[in-house]
Amino acid sequence: MRYRLPVLVLAAMCSGACVAQQDTQKEIERYRQLLAEGNPADLFEARGEELWKAPRGPKKASLEQCDLGLGAGVVKGAYAQLPRYFSDTDRVQDLESRLVTCRVTLQGFTPGDAVKNPFSAPGRSSDMEALASYVAAESKGMKLDAPLSHPKEVEAFRIGEQLFYRRAGPHDFACVSCHGETGRRIRLQELPKLTDPKDARKIFTTWPAYRVSQGTVRTMQHRLYDCYWQMRHPQLDYVSEASIALEVFMAKYANGGEIQAPGLKR
Amino acid sequence: MDIRRRGILKAGGGTGVLALAAAAGLIRAGGAFAQQWNKAAFETKTVAATLKALGGGGSVESAQVQIIAPDIAENGAVVPITIESGLAKTQSIAILIEKNPSTLSADFDIPEGTDPFITTRVKMAETSNIYAVVKADGKYFHAVKEIKVTLGGCGG
Amino acid sequence: MADPMRIRASMAGDKVEVRVLMSHEMETGLRKDANGALVPAHFIQNVTVTHAGKTVLSAQWGTSISKNPFVHFRFKGGKPGEKVTISWVDNKGERRTDEAVIISG
Repeated sequence: MRYRLPVLVLAAMCSGACVAQQDTQKEIERYRQLLAEGNPADLFEARGEELWKAPRGPKKASLEQCDLGLGAGVVKGAYAQLPRYFSDTDRVQDLESRLVTCRVTLQGFTPGDAVKNPFSAPGRSSDMEALASYVAAESKGMKLDAPLSHPKEVEAFRIGEQLFYRRAGPHDFACVSCHGETGRRIRLQELPKLTDPKDARKIFTTWPAYRVSQGTVRTMQHRLYDCYWQMRHPQLDYVSEASIALEVFMAKYANGGEIQAPGLKR
Repeated sequence: MDIRRRGILKAGGGTGVLALAAAAGLIRAGGAFAQQWNKAAFETKTVAATLKALGGGGSVESAQVQIIAPDIAENGAVVPITIESGLAKTQSIAILIEKNPSTLSADFDIPEGTDPFITTRVKMAETSNIYAVVKADGKYFHAVKEIKVTLGGCGG
Repeated sequence: MADPMRIRASMAGDKVEVRVLMSHEMETGLRKDANGALVPAHFIQNVTVTHAGKTVLSAQWGTSISKNPFVHFRFKGGKPGEKVTISWVDNKGERRTDEAVIISG
């Protein structure tokens, strides 16, 4: 309690600076609106659709029979009900881990090869970013409805919750350090309170997104990986159980939000 | 017919750079679309030098040239900018970014029948003035706007 | 071969409104790679848009047009069902041409 007092005092005193901050925020909103008319993620959606249909891997098969939760090959609406439990793998999976599963089972890639190159770098594009863009776009406008009923889904939620609040690393940060209060920001970037549906419903549903600072689409797995790096926690492995647990945790508060992916972000 | 004819008119009637470029063979001929790329103009590093390279050394500020862009760009890699000219017989619209390593960003030719209106996205190295330079009826006009480039946060 | 452009050409009153997204790195030549070496410039230099054999827009670009370029402009004289063709050439001589059918507004 003691520590909160100075913050409150500052809030009361901040008149001039607060107004300036609001003006800045308005201008940044305008910047984002002006960019909205042409989202480079469209290019990734198109490439993703091609990749979905392209015969690849040792089995030279496409992903068109991939089951994303609504049945083999059903893409429309699939993203809106992820992450969820899958009986064929007996675990909870998100979009990217499901794409990895299909790469192995349908296309014949080894598990090691199937997780290679998840995040693009200059001169090296990632198929995952394109596939995620395509699949997410096929749920655009639908409400997120990730299930939380199967025992493994509930277990994943509890693990995600533990991770969300657990302070660690050299900065003693947890996710909650940045995402635990309304109205926080880092420099000019607003930080959503991820356990408040008001924020979560608007933010969680805008991933994957074209990030202009990265010049590519970034997925939720990348967002989490990046957060862990920013917190100076150990590396969060791609499609690890921990990453999916965090997504299950966040999805609970974001459920009901309208999917506006792929989004467009700084 | 149109493109080659315009090419000839430019090389023949233009000042300085384009005529030199044509003479030096920098204008690549051949094919259905004779592509010109004003190398000298894209290498200038000041607004004055760029204007000169474009032939617009005597450019006049005009309220008829409108720049629609945010005051603040969240990220300098992608800055949306719209330029609209209310001047009759607008022939071209160029975008100059004062503090960029190369000042000239783009030069759009506006044929008759096309609105003197362009929206595109540019990279800005830092907070800088942006100049919209319009050639209308053989004369040059411009507008200026400062766009601040911020350091962002996390990009969520 | 570069990825296809995404072109939307629709009627807005008596004008054709064109929005195009191009897939291109637009490398400035000033960036250093992981080894500290300069990545060579690779950028679209010329863009040409035609309709019914007439050029409705042409442009010369430098390296400071953003990666995955976006352009929005309007021209008169097109009708739904007709085609708009967009071509670009970059400094390495690579090129791409795509077309779109004009749709009603």
